[in-house]
Amino acid sequence: MNYTSQKSLTYNPSLTRNIGNKALTIASALFAIISVLPLILVISYVLIKGGSYINLDTLILEPEPPGDDLLSAGGIGPAITGTFIMSVIASIISIPVGVGGGIYLAEYSKSGKFAKFIRFGSNVLAGVPSIIAGVFIYAIIVSTKILFGSMFSGIAGGISLSILMVPTIIKTTDEALKLVPNDMRRAAFGVGASKFTMITNITLPAAFSSISTGVLLALARAAGETAPLIFTALFSRYYITSFDDLFYEMGSLSVLIYNFALEPYEAQNQLAWAASFILVVVLLSLNILSRWIGTLGAFSKK
Amino acid sequence: MDKAIKSKFSLRTRPTSEKLVDASFKNIVVAMASMVAIVLFSIFAVVYYESTESISRYGLRFLFSSAWNPVTDEYGAFTAIYGTLFTSIASLLIAIPLGVGTAIFITENIIPEYIRNVIGIMVELLAAIPSVVLGLWAVFIMEPFIRPFLNIIYELFGFIPFFGTQPLGAGMMPAILILVVMILPIITSISKDSLNQVPSKLRQAAYGIGASRWTTIFKVIIPAAISGITGGVLLALGRAMGETMAVTMIIGNSNNFSWSIFAPSYTISSMLANQFGEADGSQVSSLMYAALILMILTLLVNVFAQWIVKRLSLKYQ
Repeated sequence: MNYTSQKSLTYNPSLTRNIGNKALTIASALFAIISVLPLILVISYVLIKGGSYINLDTLILEPEPPGDDLLSAGGIGPAITGTFIMSVIASIISIPVGVGGGIYLAEYSKSGKFAKFIRFGSNVLAGVPSIIAGVFIYAIIVSTKILFGSMFSGIAGGISLSILMVPTIIKTTDEALKLVPNDMRRAAFGVGASKFTMITNITLPAAFSSISTGVLLALARAAGETAPLIFTALFSRYYITSFDDLFYEMGSLSVLIYNFALEPYEAQNQLAWAASFILVVVLLSLNILSRWIGTLGAFSKK
Repeated sequence: MDKAIKSKFSLRTRPTSEKLVDASFKNIVVAMASMVAIVLFSIFAVVYYESTESISRYGLRFLFSSAWNPVTDEYGAFTAIYGTLFTSIASLLIAIPLGVGTAIFITENIIPEYIRNVIGIMVELLAAIPSVVLGLWAVFIMEPFIRPFLNIIYELFGFIPFFGTQPLGAGMMPAILILVVMILPIITSISKDSLNQVPSKLRQAAYGIGASRWTTIFKVIIPAAISGITGGVLLALGRAMGETMAVTMIIGNSNNFSWSIFAPSYTISSMLANQFGEADGSQVSSLMYAALILMILTLLVNVFAQWIVKRLSLKYQ
């Protein structure tokens, strides 16, 4: 038998398989370019168009009612503080619940039935559309006036945002704690630590940077959300001046963008662009910060 | 043992306070974990309870009627359900090749790793842009830009019902495109992760028996990563169905049913965003019914996604 063949072993670019390979490689490069394009376009428009409307007045003043003054629409000051306050309220609720739930999943019940159910439920909750969270809070808090008789309020808005943050925080806490080596737990038990001491002094500090990444990512998502706020916090053109104002309508950057983008007045549209500038800059910084913190931890995923 | 030594090294018993702290800490974290289940159940219970009036009044007729008339009190969500399903599936069909193609491009050894990482991070940062900002961009920049192209399609293919109305601004097609932008990062990053997890042995074996790069990708790498990719695609579908703000701003919010993708339409979430604030009486209940349908749809997609990831995942060590 003769196994020798006369085919050349050098690369032949005109072969069908080589042409096909090249075509597919170019196609995938094209797809990658198309995927990156929207980010570049959106960010550059927001930074250039939005940035050009930013000045001290837009940052501090209260927004004017649409149509009152065609030249100036005031500023976005109350919306900035509103977004900040509601993010803080959402964090105060969701960080203990999320980190606590994550501790339960990772430290107490690694693969029990209840833990499996909670993991599943947390994934399902993460997939619940954000507008449903708004509808839910509207039904149980706003329409029942359960919060001392107030209807639309910054607190209701913060609570609905917290529903969106909890699943992310639970998941990252659970995964971060699982990455902490079991040797550290045994060492802590070995020197006589109780489980509470072990968790608070050994595993939580070891997982701290990964958990903060999750919290910041969740916060960055919640701060940009609009749908849960449009019928829980509604919108307000005024700064809050006292603690009681938390129980009244509260403005936010995202709802301001939504309301003012659909106004027929140029001045209001410009304010929407300015608000987008602030929102995008803050959220992208939060994202980049969280990525950076995530790389600091000793046991973070590399 | 010597008595003196024994008394020196006695076993330390835990004080009651320490036991109490331990036990109460466990109870607290159990309670925190249970909150997830409680919230999830109460969301379903509340939305179901609020919609009972409409459910008993319309039953399944609600799904197939496109009447939405607060004056005569007659409601049906067919336009919104059709809009939700059509926009999300159409955007998925566009985003799958783009997202998976990008994921392959940045996991294969085609260009230097540095550039690949930059592309990966950029696609993930796209997910950080709030939906309302994308909506703003879509309304003022994207839609005016694509309208001439849509007009050309309308003039050439206007006889097909899908392109049967003139694009006049807001409509289904811009909404589909903005949904593509929103779900692209999900598909790309999850596909990237699952492609990265395919062991290099499989790739080397394929190259070793003479497979070309793309034969390897199509016959070895993608089949090995298919569970993750499918999971990502389904998660993206769930996100697209529930996406609210950008869609509300660009879809035109009209309850008139039309086959044309250039005509204004509705999705369930945009209908909620648009009408819930001013609704009263049986309209609230009908909107809640629509919200319930949306929840069931996204729940089915999400549960199916989790199931398929478990079912299809091949374990490589």
